[in-house]
Amino acid sequence: MEIKAFAKRFTHLEDITRATCTLRASGVHNEELALVDGQLAQVVRIRKDVVTLQIFAGTEGLSNHAEVVFLGKYPNLKVGPHLMGRFLNAYGQPLDGAPLPEGDGTELGGPSANPVRRAQPSVPILTGLPGIDLNNTLVGGQKIPFFADPDQPYNEVMAMVALRAKADRIILGGMGLSYDDYVYFRQTFREAGVLDRIIAFINTTQDQPVERLLIPDMALTTAEHFAVEQGENVLVLLTDMTLYADALSIVANRMDQIPSKDSMPGSLYSDLARIYEKSLQLPDGGGSITILAVTTLNQGDITHAIPDNTGYITEGQLFLRKDSDTGKIIIDPFRSLSRLKQLVIGKQTRADHPQVMNTAIRLYADAQEARTKKENGFEITDYDQRTMAFAQAYTREILAIDVTMDMDAMLDTVWKLFAAHFSREEVAIKQEWMTQYWPG
Amino acid sequence: MTSPTTGTVTGITANLVEIRPEGPVLQNEMCQVQAGDASLLGEVIKVTGDTAFVQVFDSTRGLTVGSPVIFSGQRLVVQLGPGILSKKYDGLQNDLDKFEGIFLQRGLRSEPLDPDHRWSFVPLATVGDPIRAGDWLGEVDEQGLPHRIMAPFTLQGTWTLDRLVPAGEYTIRQEIAVLRSDAGNTLPVTMVQNWAVKEPLTVYAGKMRPGKLLETGVRIVDTLHPMLEGGTGFIPGPFGSGKTVLQQALAKQADADVVIVAACGERANEVVEIFTEFPELEDPRTGRQLIDRTVIIANTSSMPVAAREASVYTAMTLAEYYRCMGLRVLLLADSTSRWAQALREMSNRLEDLPGPDAFPMDLSATIARFYSRAGMVTLSNGQTGSVTFIGTVSPAGGNFKEPVTEATRKAARCFYALNQRRADSKRYPAIEPLESYSKYLDYPEFQDYAAREVSPHWIENARTLSNLLLKGKEAGDQINILGDDGVSIENHLDFWRAELIDFVLLQQDAFDPVDQLCPLPRQDAMSTLVLEICHRPFRFDDFQQVRPYFKRLINAIRQMNYSAWESEDYQHHYQELEGILAEQATELAV
Ligand SMILES: Nc1ncnc2c1ncn2[C@@H]1O[C@H](COP(=O)(O)OP(=O)(O)O)[C@@H](O)[C@H]1O
Ligand SMILES: [Mg+2]
Repeated sequence: MEIKAFAKRFTHLEDITRATCTLRASGVHNEELALVDGQLAQVVRIRKDVVTLQIFAGTEGLSNHAEVVFLGKYPNLKVGPHLMGRFLNAYGQPLDGAPLPEGDGTELGGPSANPVRRAQPSVPILTGLPGIDLNNTLVGGQKIPFFADPDQPYNEVMAMVALRAKADRIILGGMGLSYDDYVYFRQTFREAGVLDRIIAFINTTQDQPVERLLIPDMALTTAEHFAVEQGENVLVLLTDMTLYADALSIVANRMDQIPSKDSMPGSLYSDLARIYEKSLQLPDGGGSITILAVTTLNQGDITHAIPDNTGYITEGQLFLRKDSDTGKIIIDPFRSLSRLKQLVIGKQTRADHPQVMNTAIRLYADAQEARTKKENGFEITDYDQRTMAFAQAYTREILAIDVTMDMDAMLDTVWKLFAAHFSREEVAIKQEWMTQYWPG
Repeated sequence: MTSPTTGTVTGITANLVEIRPEGPVLQNEMCQVQAGDASLLGEVIKVTGDTAFVQVFDSTRGLTVGSPVIFSGQRLVVQLGPGILSKKYDGLQNDLDKFEGIFLQRGLRSEPLDPDHRWSFVPLATVGDPIRAGDWLGEVDEQGLPHRIMAPFTLQGTWTLDRLVPAGEYTIRQEIAVLRSDAGNTLPVTMVQNWAVKEPLTVYAGKMRPGKLLETGVRIVDTLHPMLEGGTGFIPGPFGSGKTVLQQALAKQADADVVIVAACGERANEVVEIFTEFPELEDPRTGRQLIDRTVIIANTSSMPVAAREASVYTAMTLAEYYRCMGLRVLLLADSTSRWAQALREMSNRLEDLPGPDAFPMDLSATIARFYSRAGMVTLSNGQTGSVTFIGTVSPAGGNFKEPVTEATRKAARCFYALNQRRADSKRYPAIEPLESYSKYLDYPEFQDYAAREVSPHWIENARTLSNLLLKGKEAGDQINILGDDGVSIENHLDFWRAELIDFVLLQQDAFDPVDQLCPLPRQDAMSTLVLEICHRPFRFDDFQQVRPYFKRLINAIRQMNYSAWESEDYQHHYQELEGILAEQATELAV
């Protein structure tokens, strides 16, 4: 980063913690960038002439005589077509060797969109996965995370969904990504021949955790450029937001903030909302930003502050888990939800879609109860038997992440399963659809 | 007025700014902090020694120590006057439609009311009348509602109406009346006035206990846990359990004159849904566009956090204003937890001693004070007006044992507990019927009203339904412990009677054009029908017959729910139902 000639320099640090340092300086701007012995830092607090800087790369090995230079500017990125196909680090520097144009760009973390300037999301994003398209239909402009334990193949599923989603541009924000997954994303995109549509900002487990805090803003400022200026439909992939939140708590704790639930900062909700609310649909055929994220869980616990706050912010969640009965990885129909599906199902998909979806899930719930009964050693009824048989078939043919088909085929499959296991009364769907779609 | 106090910035932590004022400052006084070109609005939230702590309603990026500050001498106020209905405001009452560009640039303000619109004014008072604060001087037609022009709310004592303009077209800033005090002072009056949002607007003669049903068209609410005009209620529930869908159903369907929706720290797309749908929808009772009676305060989750706190007060003040006109106002806030979290963020930055879960110590009192602003009032002219308030609560981890839920439970009279298990099995609305309550069922004035105006057995039906649900739950527990064949057929019947009530009365599809709104007469007919079925004797030889039989009953009645009231389809399914019931009659006759 270039340093202006008139930049203010200081050489005495009063205090060093693991992520921050403090010095006396005047004329400093809140959130201004600085270099501390060449490492990028940002002003996070000013009290009279005492300035606290957050150092993204951490403070290990930092001298209390380090040279501090205030840069008079804010985190920014030069956004444009030159980024296409590029892999960058959290500072927006190339990871792939080739140089990037110099100079200042767009400030990161810009203001929120005026709600009255947004359009209502209305374009379904079809992925071919029935667990998503049928039960949790995605819509352009939506924000939705995968909730998954660390051992689930969430990055693979996300990459697959991204490739099928037909976005004009895919922006990947990797936070605490394992090196293997980083290589996986690169290879997958290359093999799919879409590298020219990809822009990636990557922080791997080898990098400093605090640097991750820059990744979502880098990705979303880039996304805003392509969606607003170019009218493109942009898909942003953020993985793993749990590691992002962990980095937030590192910084908050080092600034002596009072932690709230699960040692997370009290502002976690607002911090996450600022990111996720960048998703939007612009009016009049304008562009859109759709955010697909990953929130890893600890043994499926969605009450932990990170998934909990995320769930309150995002427009649903896709819950990945292994089904013990069939051994398949499935998109759990109970704990998954797409809140925007109402806007498209039955309108842009077949009219029987909403009722077929709900009824199948209700019957699947009956199967769960039957299974509990069975496990508790009770005799089970003929109906219980049939719900369990239905649930197994439904798991294999609809919920599993290894099946793909088009929308109408999904609906037909469910009707077929209904008829195979139940009577018409037991299914109890609006007469009109019964007459039209009941097989045989 | 003395010249305003000025000051300089001495410290910045996120949106908390420390200021050294050069003169007197008030707690909650508003000020302007100059950050480069932008002038940022802030509110004093604490004063210690020579430092005023100010929460700034915008990003403080680029602010420096030494920046100038000008205090306003006023607390946060809203503008009250005709033209509020169908507006989309942010938490500080900026008219969002007046901002240009896609993004909300910081430091921008916009006029809440239209200064040039000419309103057709009709006098209601006569020159020489004694006038007290809030008295009606005249009215204008605001989207079909009589918008009363009232004497200033800050008026002390009784004044005399000295002059009043004749009927005609006036803008909000034109003088429409002059008041004179006994001492001979005169006061010009326009159609617009200001009010500090954190100050309850209490220019009424008295507050009454609620007694009238607020019809919502949501069966589980009206039939089982009724909300009253001027009542209070809250809807806690984990994410995805249906808080917002339920509130939007209330916003669309409730029998109110004015509906104010405070979207407080939740998703922007949810207000976009209101913006998009309400202009297309008709008010089911007046036939006017739904948006005409609605005001939206949108301070969504990525908008400035401090303004989130202000937004609920702004919304409440607007509600109280319309109540002063003798109107029935429904105020909805989604979600009050986000407001509490905004308080928590600030209190943490102030390094105040934290209470439970790091919320401020006085959270409970703050919430109680807020809920107490709702209510049914009599005005000095004998008319009544009401503010019904229903807030959602988003408990951390979905666990109701947390400070916001607990504090709200003490403040609100109705409790609509949304339940994860019901939501998971798509039993919408996922209100847990037995845990939830409406304390109004015990109000004698409501019991009288319900018997007189709604249906003679309304209250009794509510209680009988609750009892049957409880019996069903107990039977379900028995079945779970002892197994299907370990209990009597009567237990199975109890279980299925409750399932019947659940499936056909409690569950309601908010997205089905017919089912979503169930008017009171239809609710009455349905619960009478269901209760009649529940009280029938049934004979089954084997418990295995109970489920399929009840599933058929449920199916037939659900089809009725999806059909227009008493339409051909409806009759068709009703006959189907009678057929199924007749099978048992023959069974019993044998
Ligand atoms: N009454 C209802 N009828 C049908 N679906 C509902 C109903 N209530 C909630 N839902 C479903 O649940 C989802 C989440 O509801 P929402 O109100 O957004 O939850 P919350 O505000 O509690 O997070 C909705 O998107 C919808 O799919
Ligand atoms: Mg909600």
